[in-house]
Amino acid sequence: MMFAPAPFLLKDTSVSQVMTQVCLALIPGIAAYIWLVGPAIVFQLAIASLAAIAAEAFMLKLRGKPLAMFLSDGSAIVTAWLIALTFPPLAPWWLVVTGTLFAILIAKHLYGGLGQNPFNPAMVAFAACIVSFPALMSQWPSIGLQMPLTDQLSVILGQLPRIDALSGATPLDSLKTALKLGDSQIDVAHLLANQDIYGNFAGRGWEWVAAGYLFGGLWLWQRKLITWHSPVAFLGAIVLLSGALWLYQPASFANPLFHLFSGGTMLGAFFIITDPVSGCTTPRGKLIFGFGAGLLAYVIRVFGGYPDGVAFAVLLMNLSAPLIDQLTQPRIFGMKGNQP
Amino acid sequence: MLNKLFKFYGGVKPPSNKTQSVTLPIAPAPLPSRLVVPLHQSIGGTPRPVVEAGDKVLKGQLIGQADGWLSAAVHAPTSGTVVEVAMHIQPHPSGLDSLCVVIEPDGKDEWIARTPLDYAALTPEAVREHLQQAGVVGLGGAVFPTHGKLTASKTVPMDELVINGAECEPFITCDDLLMRERAEEVVRGIGVFRDLLQPKKVLIGIEDNKPEAAAAMRAAVDALGEPFLVIQIPTLYPAGGAKQLIRVLTGKEVPAAKRSTDLGVQCFNVATAYTAWRAIAHGEPVVSRLVTLTGNVHTPRNYEVLIGTPMSELLKLAQPHPDTDGIIMGGPMMGFLIPQADAPVVKATNCLIARSERLFPPKAPEMPCIRCGACARACPHELQPFELYWHARAKDFGKTQQYKIFDCIECGCCSYVCPSRIPLVQYFRFAKSEIWAREREKKAADEAKTRFEFKQFREEREKAEKAEKLAKAAAAQAAKKAAEAAAAAAGDAPGAASDVSSTKATAGPRTIETTAGPRTTEATADRTIDAAAEAKKAAIAAAMARAKAQREAAQPKNTDELSAQQAHDLAEIEARRQQAGIADAAASPATPTEAKTE
Repeated sequence: MMFAPAPFLLKDTSVSQVMTQVCLALIPGIAAYIWLVGPAIVFQLAIASLAAIAAEAFMLKLRGKPLAMFLSDGSAIVTAWLIALTFPPLAPWWLVVTGTLFAILIAKHLYGGLGQNPFNPAMVAFAACIVSFPALMSQWPSIGLQMPLTDQLSVILGQLPRIDALSGATPLDSLKTALKLGDSQIDVAHLLANQDIYGNFAGRGWEWVAAGYLFGGLWLWQRKLITWHSPVAFLGAIVLLSGALWLYQPASFANPLFHLFSGGTMLGAFFIITDPVSGCTTPRGKLIFGFGAGLLAYVIRVFGGYPDGVAFAVLLMNLSAPLIDQLTQPRIFGMKGNQP
Repeated sequence: MLNKLFKFYGGVKPPSNKTQSVTLPIAPAPLPSRLVVPLHQSIGGTPRPVVEAGDKVLKGQLIGQADGWLSAAVHAPTSGTVVEVAMHIQPHPSGLDSLCVVIEPDGKDEWIARTPLDYAALTPEAVREHLQQAGVVGLGGAVFPTHGKLTASKTVPMDELVINGAECEPFITCDDLLMRERAEEVVRGIGVFRDLLQPKKVLIGIEDNKPEAAAAMRAAVDALGEPFLVIQIPTLYPAGGAKQLIRVLTGKEVPAAKRSTDLGVQCFNVATAYTAWRAIAHGEPVVSRLVTLTGNVHTPRNYEVLIGTPMSELLKLAQPHPDTDGIIMGGPMMGFLIPQADAPVVKATNCLIARSERLFPPKAPEMPCIRCGACARACPHELQPFELYWHARAKDFGKTQQYKIFDCIECGCCSYVCPSRIPLVQYFRFAKSEIWAREREKKAADEAKTRFEFKQFREEREKAEKAEKLAKAAAAQAAKKAAEAAAAAAGDAPGAASDVSSTKATAGPRTIETTAGPRTTEATADRTIDAAAEAKKAAIAAAMARAKAQREAAQPKNTDELSAQQAHDLAEIEARRQQAGIADAAASPATPTEAKTE
């Protein structure tokens, strides 16, 4: 190009800055996670990051793209971290690597790389692994069982046998299983009173991890990296549906607060459904996307067979995102009637 | 000053960089060695040159006569000699030449006789005419002839007259200084506009980063006892866009398809009001304007510059630093790098920025769009730039129109905020120009098709008319024959013999074109037409035959799905067909013979 076009002034921003801030926003949640289950999660984050960078470099090389420019954009790291945070913390290393490779190689690059993937790569990885390895993907560490770091690493690396006694279900899963197995006398309030599994308002300890994600998400919103639309619609849908069922039958359904702070709700609300590439982009579209994902997540997690429903809900809404966007194009300047 | 302010969507806050060039007062730029005055300096028709090389001109003398209603006159910026009227480089991103009047100043800067105008005694029509003759155009950058905007809508009452002193682009301060130093004349100019448009309110909008200008304007408004409101609006680029300013001050949104007068609003730049007042009260046409010289220079400052001053010569006044590597005309958001440093200052030149890598670091490489939507949140027209980008890149121009590409004002907010460093505005300019080019092609093809179809229709009609005429003649002949037979039966032989000889006399010229048809009836029908008419017909028929041969060589076969090459060929064919069409028109009165030339 002979002449650089206007504008000559550009804001100091870049894709890597955006991705770095998303990673920073995950830090409070990660900190709570470390406090809860120990530093194993840091190890998982590192494994996922390395696998993601290797896969990204391999695919960029294959596709003839400039390595340095795309490796430094940070998008692979965000995907890797989301995978590490959604997989069980003591999952074997190869499971995390498999998920990450699947996300980067197939969900991201086979669809055209950065900016082109119709599905959220981290959620594709989660869905693929939970379908392929349902047992491993459901083994969560029992709370209150403090394992030394070396043992944790040995479990992850497969040098220690995976002792079933060491692994429980998520609080969300435990509640569902208990309700399904139990006779009609069992009521949610009694189950939630079990302080081994449940804390102040959701899963014991896990509620603080969720609070960490909430905090990071609010920071992203304050930094204008995400808008309020999808998180509010997503959380709103969960509150509405869980609230209605809880009011209807408090004995069989947990309260909205429990659902807000359990499973992947907060991570999903602020870090998954806000993914601009696979989500909706128009304001009304984001509301529909978030609301739909919230409803589906609740239905799948409460009535479905999987421990949590966020991943499948997000993937289903990813499918509908282009259509929603087309149907919700905002009215433009001068097309809204001119009466002030 | 209780006027409710409204917000427009989006907008950005780039560093304003205005303080550098407001410390010094406006200075007159010295007379340059040569002035290159382009004739086409405003929207609309290109003014016709009325001087020739060698002519002596005075300052303010007409050198370009307005061409049609939507055009404004051009004047000699100083006294001197016309060196040439020739093509010269323009301050335009295309780098194309246009017709310019080159004047060598004589150093006297001698004005023509200037006659102030008592505009109150004139009809509005005469005032508008005067402004057109004085070359008054919008100096905010769009250079729309001002007289064309001074007629109120006949159906919608004029509610607000908006005066634009927002000057939202970074670096530019010429309107700021104009308002600070010449507020009274600006306000008087606004008074002229008010008298012509009769609005209910006059709102002068100034961004709140120019408190001195706002204070000066308020003082002038008070001193002149005008009821104008001087309103400070929040500094937010592009608040100085006409549509954004109208929105902020009145709450009205002018859609792309409408004129602001349809909504009872009109908008002028402060500098336009100033030049209008100079033209009326002092009889001075627009021969100079204020230009901000800033950027990578030692002494940024505003100068009163003669139109036609070479930019490289002008910029030297501000002492550009040695690492200057280009000149940007306009602001850093919507301006452009001028293709050649000796391009002249024109009426649209509000600012020259000396460019350097330090001031405007090179852009990082373009990354793929991550659909983050930052552009959509910055777009003051509430478009979806990332969708437009997607379709413009795919050259799916139908989709770009569906996503309202022509509502884009190219303000640059989307490119400014894009984390992937995509030059979005450039994609949109590309899409717009492609759409315009295609529409021109389609129009040409449609016109050719219409002409061809009409020609076919006409030929069919003429054939039918000819056949009808022949049938009538045959019927007449049959009747005559019957009469003759009756006469012959009565024994009148010499009459029949003379008929045969006249047929022979006319047979010569007719053989040229008689190739088909019911020969016997023709030959007998021709007896009724005299020899002179026959000769004329033959000459016309020969001309028709030549025209036809040309036409057949140039017949369009399929005007659908034209490639660029085909379109080009078609344009050439069109030119030829037009020549043939003239021959057609000349020949058409002699219709009866045409059927035979087939």
